[in-house]
Amino acid sequence: MKPHKFDYVRPETVAEALDLLAQYGGDARVMAGGQSLMAMLNLRLVQPRVIVDISRIAELSDISDKGSMIEVGATVTQARVENWDRLNETLPFIARAIPFVGHFQTRNRGTVCGSIAHADPSSELPLSLALLQGEVVLRSKKGERVLPAREFQLGLLTTARRDDELVTAVRFPKSIGVNGAAFREVARRHGDFAIVSLGAVRLNGETVRMAVGGMADAPRTIELPANLSDKDLSERIDAFAWDLGGLEDIHATARYRRDLLRRMALPIYREVAPCAA
Amino acid sequence: MGVVGVKDQELLEVKPAERTGSANADVRPWTPDRSGRSGALGSAMTRLEDPALLTGAGRYCDDAPVAVGTLYAAILRSPKAHAKILSIDVSAAKALPGVHAVITGEDIRAISDPFLVALKAPIDQWSLAVDAVRFVGEAVAVVVADDRYIAEDGVELVNVTYEDLPVVVDCLKAVQPDAPVLHAPAGTNEISNRRFVYGEPDKAFAEAAHVVKTELVYPRSSYTPMECFVVVAEYHKASQSYDVYSNFQGPFSAHPVMAKALRVPGTKLRLRTPADSGGSFGIKLSVFPYIVLMALASRITGRPVKWVEDRFEHLSAASSGPNRVTTIEAAVDKDGRIHGLRMDCLEDYGAFLRAPMPGPLYRMHGALTGAYDIRHLDVTNRVCLTNKMPAALIRGFGGPQIYFALERLVQRIAVELGLDPLDVIRRNLINKEAFPYRTASGALYDSGDYAQAIEKALADGRLEELKARRDAARAEGRYYGIGFAAVVEPGMSNMGYLSTLVPAKVRERVGPKNGAVSMVTVNVDPVGAVSVTADVTVQGQGHQTVIAQIVAEQLGLTPQEILVNLEIDTQKDQWSIAAGSYSCRFSPGTAPAAHIAAQRIRDKVARIAAKQLNTVAEDIDFANGMVFSKSNPDNSMPFSRAAGTAHWSPVLMPGNDQPGLREIGVWSPPELEPPSSKDEINTSLTYGFVFDMCGVEIDPITMEVRVDRYVSMHDAGYLLNPLIAEGQIRGAFVQGLASALYEEFVYDESGAFLSGTFADYLVPTACEVPEIEILHIETPSPFTPLGAKGLAEGNCMSTPVCIANAVADALGVESIQLPITPSRINDLLAGEESRPAKQIQTATDGGSTSARAGHMLTGKGEFVVAAAPEQIWNSLLDPEKLKTVIPGCHTVSVVEPFKYRAEVTLGVGPIKGRFVADVQLSDLQEYRFARLSGGMSGPLGGSEGEGTVTLEALPEGTKVSYTYSVGVSGKVAAVGGRMLERAAGMVIGQFFERLSRVVKPEEDGPANTASTTPRWKRFLGLGR
Repeated sequence: MKPHKFDYVRPETVAEALDLLAQYGGDARVMAGGQSLMAMLNLRLVQPRVIVDISRIAELSDISDKGSMIEVGATVTQARVENWDRLNETLPFIARAIPFVGHFQTRNRGTVCGSIAHADPSSELPLSLALLQGEVVLRSKKGERVLPAREFQLGLLTTARRDDELVTAVRFPKSIGVNGAAFREVARRHGDFAIVSLGAVRLNGETVRMAVGGMADAPRTIELPANLSDKDLSERIDAFAWDLGGLEDIHATARYRRDLLRRMALPIYREVAPCAA
Repeated sequence: MGVVGVKDQELLEVKPAERTGSANADVRPWTPDRSGRSGALGSAMTRLEDPALLTGAGRYCDDAPVAVGTLYAAILRSPKAHAKILSIDVSAAKALPGVHAVITGEDIRAISDPFLVALKAPIDQWSLAVDAVRFVGEAVAVVVADDRYIAEDGVELVNVTYEDLPVVVDCLKAVQPDAPVLHAPAGTNEISNRRFVYGEPDKAFAEAAHVVKTELVYPRSSYTPMECFVVVAEYHKASQSYDVYSNFQGPFSAHPVMAKALRVPGTKLRLRTPADSGGSFGIKLSVFPYIVLMALASRITGRPVKWVEDRFEHLSAASSGPNRVTTIEAAVDKDGRIHGLRMDCLEDYGAFLRAPMPGPLYRMHGALTGAYDIRHLDVTNRVCLTNKMPAALIRGFGGPQIYFALERLVQRIAVELGLDPLDVIRRNLINKEAFPYRTASGALYDSGDYAQAIEKALADGRLEELKARRDAARAEGRYYGIGFAAVVEPGMSNMGYLSTLVPAKVRERVGPKNGAVSMVTVNVDPVGAVSVTADVTVQGQGHQTVIAQIVAEQLGLTPQEILVNLEIDTQKDQWSIAAGSYSCRFSPGTAPAAHIAAQRIRDKVARIAAKQLNTVAEDIDFANGMVFSKSNPDNSMPFSRAAGTAHWSPVLMPGNDQPGLREIGVWSPPELEPPSSKDEINTSLTYGFVFDMCGVEIDPITMEVRVDRYVSMHDAGYLLNPLIAEGQIRGAFVQGLASALYEEFVYDESGAFLSGTFADYLVPTACEVPEIEILHIETPSPFTPLGAKGLAEGNCMSTPVCIANAVADALGVESIQLPITPSRINDLLAGEESRPAKQIQTATDGGSTSARAGHMLTGKGEFVVAAAPEQIWNSLLDPEKLKTVIPGCHTVSVVEPFKYRAEVTLGVGPIKGRFVADVQLSDLQEYRFARLSGGMSGPLGGSEGEGTVTLEALPEGTKVSYTYSVGVSGKVAAVGGRMLERAAGMVIGQFFERLSRVVKPEEDGPANTASTTPRWKRFLGLGR
């Protein structure tokens, strides 16, 4: 469990980092907290020529209020967000979901942007971004572009990030779910990758939006009227479960995943649906 | 006054001549001191080890500095479950700068012998695979280099060609006549089959009112230490000897096995163990093949060689507990009294039988009837081999398997006869008056009061509370169950038990094997400082503390004053084949030896002091660092001065005493007799008792088992240190919980190993462990001088079945498969799943699906390309075109018509690996259909499989449909399980997307393919 030989570069500015990415492209991997990357390096599952460690880039270290959005810079750790004093007020859903990201030890190093850029289909933060319909800010030497969550995460560990781009920040719309946000996760052990995770927020208008992780190659969302009967909800969720399919691994059958979604959805929906928007 | 716990009148004068050999005669009895005196033997003193361990100051094997010039090894491991090794090309690895040697099985075979095994069966195993590989993870070659990084680079450059052989993973299939045989010279995978009949079981069954029968499968798992294996080996050319430093745990019966493999006398294999070890739980016996391997690597390279096992290696190849299939039936009367038992135990040891296997099948042999008075027993033990990692020592060692069967059977008797399971247990318990009790199969249970232990556990409202909680839960429609387990826990194995494996006639021919020699040395230096060495290996149990308590107790000192060094050096220390830490041998074995050695020091110092204090030795007592006359305590001298006499003033030595102060205590209890001619065997010296009771609830949403209440009652005789005892019980409970609910080594039918990381091999963390209530009674063992029994394995045996019984009670089912995962409970409880009618449709506008069928990842997809079938067809058959179609393709060569070899880099997201792919096209129907079959291999693993491509002309182009079915093995299978299905689908999808792009290069993307289809539609019809 020793990585291949690679060069390690730790730029101090975004401009330097973008120069490096422009130079090395797909041969470079960006590292922030290293909580997924280091394990993959050691297993030799990833073999980059250059590691670009962005963790010391000061200009990426802010949590900032951009009016309708909260922007989280690329080096902000999950622990910092978890302990941010305005979290519950501005991002109530994140406040509920973030304790489920790994363990507190990994959250001390792991970053919010890193988790989203890694695009694990079972991860809580990509699910949060999808549920809240947030954005990802990407920069390269050619400029900046901002992608909505659904255009960013394309599939299993696969995103729309181009090889010369750096995820500099993610933005979460503010106050969604202020009147109703819930998150549940079923994993074999606390901190494991979710077998199924499920988030729900009450939106303005008569709508509940839900997002499910662990059942497809990316988090998936569904919007439901807020006034469904149990029977109608069950039918909608059942159809959704079949759409997702649910996948099979040594811990869970696809059937179990579908059943989990069916059973988890009702209480979580009931928790957020009656809340006034 | 006087030393608490040893009555004055019991002090015996012992003649020196009686001090050799079996030491029972001169051992004085002891009762625990619970007076609160600090550090007293029997008190809950905190561990002397902890300050170092808790501040990061432990001295582990990997921490030790190594000699200048030491090289580092990395091991190439088999990605195949069963294959012939056709060739190993080491040239590229050897050419890598920094690589000193690449060693293969052929090199090893030339200079070493196969390991000895307990059975005379032709199942040779060397420290590297020779000619064939038989399990995923088997060591195939060693690269020795300047550092571990280079060594691992070298491993990737070793090119092995394999020829697949048929695989057998399931032990029930392995014993079928048509099963592939792992070791051809053995002719069968069932390498041992012995039937044992005690009493008159046929009569008991013929006369029985009822026969209750059940079948149990105990899965494969391990108890993974935090620290993996470490070996540093150096070959001394001048003396042709090996010096090895390793965190080996014993038993040291493996030392002769290693020396024999190395073709040297034992004295030329010096084995040293470190001061600290990061857990073992039985597993670190299995470092022994690597000790031999690295010793040979040192000999070949002429340099010291160090190897540190990584976690991936550990999980896939270190060792596992054996899985077992037990068919068990009881002859019972209407009240649930069991008169006879029949058992068929088929135990699966994986690819090789390593010494001292098949221990788990025989270690419990005397105790097969557990806590019950059952006189008629018919048991068949069968040993089989399969394409899985070899099984070896593991905490509990055979106990979890036997009690899973026996205690599930007891629960089934209650269910089938409509009885209270507690009544069935009570009616069958051995009476306290019956001790010492000889079981049907020969164990001599030393002491116990099982009924009292159970009643105390149930008392104080514990059982009533459980029942009330169950009633309340069930009234609300929730699943709640209560489970019980009664377990006899053996301590200190009879080294002769394994010879029960061979018939009595064979045993007569080769001579008896029995006993378990324990040895401890106490040394007092010229200033009266006391040090102790012992024949146990450190694993974190707190042995140093307890030994210090034992010795301090005898010498009137404090435990803090006793230095206990448990590093073993086989060239300098006392050891015998039983040495090591395993099978609960410390309290019944090493502790008495320490007690004996300390008593000898005490007696000698008493004689020395008596001469100087003008009294007799019988009048001498020890306390608070002083030696004094009992009749006149003011007549005293410091312990240090009395002891120093033996070094400084030989002239003052009394009578026949020699100068110097160093005594060895040897303990070899006579109760550990060889197996009788009727195959009766007293498998262990002490037999503790555990009674567990728990309530569990099944979460109605997640189907997780939640342990609501857990009570564990223990009788381990006198507790030498109740705090350490509690730690051992809690640790064993967590591992029992792990076996019940979490941990399993999973293999698929192709032999691929699927639990290669701690993300898939689920060790419970503090978050998953419920609080338990621990209770004790103490019925001292009459066979050990301290009255203490082993207690560290009981919950590994009792907890899995206690929880299984509770789950069975909650769900009302017979069959409980361990580990009891939520997905498995869901399978049991969830009824038919019907798909809504409107959802039953397939993707007609393109898309793909993937799924899992057994070990095969299967999928299919289709899309439309705006090109004629001929164009697509030609692209598939043209190597140059193919090169642009295959994702990440570097080269394509035509091996023969329709057979290609390609070098590709494949992956998902950032995860990429280089593979060599061999693909053959067959069943060609021009412009319409082709079948692709073949495989890929690379450092990340390999795959085998096949697929089909069908082309259909449409007005707008061609509809391309594909199917695939692939099996994945090696590292990707072991570490990537969670993503494998999705990843395979993506990689194959990429191929077809690119195919359509190559055909229509002018287009930016495929005309109408999966990638433009809404993602959710691609998953329509997923599943089967």
